[in-house]
Amino acid sequence: MYVAVKGGERAIDNAHAWLAEERRGDTDIPELSVAQIREQMSLAVNRVMAEGSLYDPHLAALAIKQARGDLIEAIFLIRAYRTTLPRFGGSNPIETQNMQCDRRVSATFKDAPGGQILGPTFDYTHRLLDFKLAADGEAADAPTAAPSQAPTPHIMSFLDREQLIQTEPTGEAVPDDLTRTPLELPASRALRLQSLTRGDEGFILGMAYSTQRGYARNHAFVAELRIGAVAVEMDIPELGFAIEIGEITVTECETVNQFQGSKTQPPQFTRGYGLVFGMTERKAISMALVDRALRWKELGEDNLGAPAQDEEFVLYHSDNIQATGFLEHIKLPHYVDFQSELELIRKLRREAQDNISREAAE
Amino acid sequence: MSDYNFAYLDEQTKRMIRRAILKGLAIPGYQVPFASREMPMPYGWGTGGVQVSAAVLTPDDTFKVIDQGADDTTNAVSIRRFFQKTAGVAVTEATSQASVIQTRHRIPEEELRADQILVYQVPIPEPLRFLEPSEVETRKMHALEEYGLMHVKLYEDISQHGDIATAYAYPVKVEGRYVMDPSPIPKFDNPKLEMAGIQLFGAGREQRIYAIPPYTQVVSLDFDDYPFQPTKADHACDLCGATDSYLDELIVDDAGGRMFMCSDTDYCTSRRKDGHVGAQGVPYKEDAA
Repeated sequence: MYVAVKGGERAIDNAHAWLAEERRGDTDIPELSVAQIREQMSLAVNRVMAEGSLYDPHLAALAIKQARGDLIEAIFLIRAYRTTLPRFGGSNPIETQNMQCDRRVSATFKDAPGGQILGPTFDYTHRLLDFKLAADGEAADAPTAAPSQAPTPHIMSFLDREQLIQTEPTGEAVPDDLTRTPLELPASRALRLQSLTRGDEGFILGMAYSTQRGYARNHAFVAELRIGAVAVEMDIPELGFAIEIGEITVTECETVNQFQGSKTQPPQFTRGYGLVFGMTERKAISMALVDRALRWKELGEDNLGAPAQDEEFVLYHSDNIQATGFLEHIKLPHYVDFQSELELIRKLRREAQDNISREAAE
Repeated sequence: MSDYNFAYLDEQTKRMIRRAILKGLAIPGYQVPFASREMPMPYGWGTGGVQVSAAVLTPDDTFKVIDQGADDTTNAVSIRRFFQKTAGVAVTEATSQASVIQTRHRIPEEELRADQILVYQVPIPEPLRFLEPSEVETRKMHALEEYGLMHVKLYEDISQHGDIATAYAYPVKVEGRYVMDPSPIPKFDNPKLEMAGIQLFGAGREQRIYAIPPYTQVVSLDFDDYPFQPTKADHACDLCGATDSYLDELIVDDAGGRMFMCSDTDYCTSRRKDGHVGAQGVPYKEDAA
């Protein structure tokens, strides 16, 4: 006698309870507050905001806490929340030349108006575990200076003045919103950039790295990398003009890449562009390299068959929420399909076996 | 749960999805792109089906969810609870009492009526995907009705294995025009695709919706000398004795002993309630479930 397995509902409830307990960990250890995560795990918070496509450090910190530190899970929580939010309208494009830079470096010019600002970077730290942090996390006050009031023009604008850099087409049309219209190919550059900025950091990094190693190499120099706060302005119809509705921190990377030209057309440098929420420079640089690789068609380059040049490959596989969902769904029950395969393979084996015996008999 | 709109999605989104559904019904088997939303469950776990269900459900509907034919598999439970919470609709396990049925990998054994809607969860909507990875190319192939590649694949199966080696997600041609993936249902279920009910297919991650209107011709691809054959395990259900239902195979002891039971749990239970008893079954009692 056999009684069919049941109990999906109870199993789910118990699993959720256990999960909540595991998330909290040892209760003798004080609980993490959302504010602690927001302030002390800020780069994780930035990644969750960038890939979750929602600028809200507090909610991102809450998502990280709820997800037990699994950042893709946290990004998922933010995305699912984000879709439910009403749209009041679109802001004006942010003006990154007016950025209050915390960091601004150029690899192409030793100095430029606005200067190089190293900012709070890991770059020249020696990666030695700091055992002192295990006991005492307090930091000495960093030296301060008055913020520069001078504008910080984009390095690219100097190349632009000499017409050394290719000019980008301008358009009045508002580009489609990737989250509101289905992605159809070929995609405009605006859509590609939307997809890259919310794409998985590891995936975009890997794609960018592959271009450096020769899969559609495009010789990128970081003309400028800047991180800082910019004002977000929005036109208010009732007022008839734009007002500032808030401030966000973004990372912007512009690369200058090898030129194109011909006998009749003087050569010009080309560019790649990366813009990401928060302090996320690895992602912004990666994005700029991949953006540049994807522009091969408009720049009249050859398709080398490299993965980073393949718009369909990059755009369809960069989203970690789509990828992780589909990957992990294979742990769901598939007994029906497997059963049909079982029947098929048994039948095919039987037929092959019969053939072998028949041949042996002949 | 008043924080969210009826059935979770906002009305604008539902309208967008309904438009895609209507277009799908107007062009049977054609994959309509739609702006799939991020749902509070993972992509690949039925988000396409959930969005389609959300768009067609009304407060008066009675909803049923099955996964692998069963109402009590964990993901079916999870999706059913989601709509209980966000739409407050009545739910049932009885196929005949449901007005909307969301399914993963099966078509119920009991014949569906004209007043019922069957919503499929679809992982990869493109039947040509594993022959041609590029979406740009496969859309062209559909537009030009260029399905030779699929027939070559089926032919190669026969030359290598002596049989068409596709057991589930068996491709069909709808109303003589579009080749369509019926989602990963076993090919046993393919003949049921011609039915009185409306069939809607939702692929969330891939942002596609397609449909089969009632009484539409659906032909499983085959060759004259290798006709399509729906198959199932060559047994009767060990619980209810049914010989006409699709069966799950269970391993019941360390020696590899097997038993077979209906994958459609509602079908099996109803038969047992009607007094049918299989080889290893016991007469139905309410509490024994």
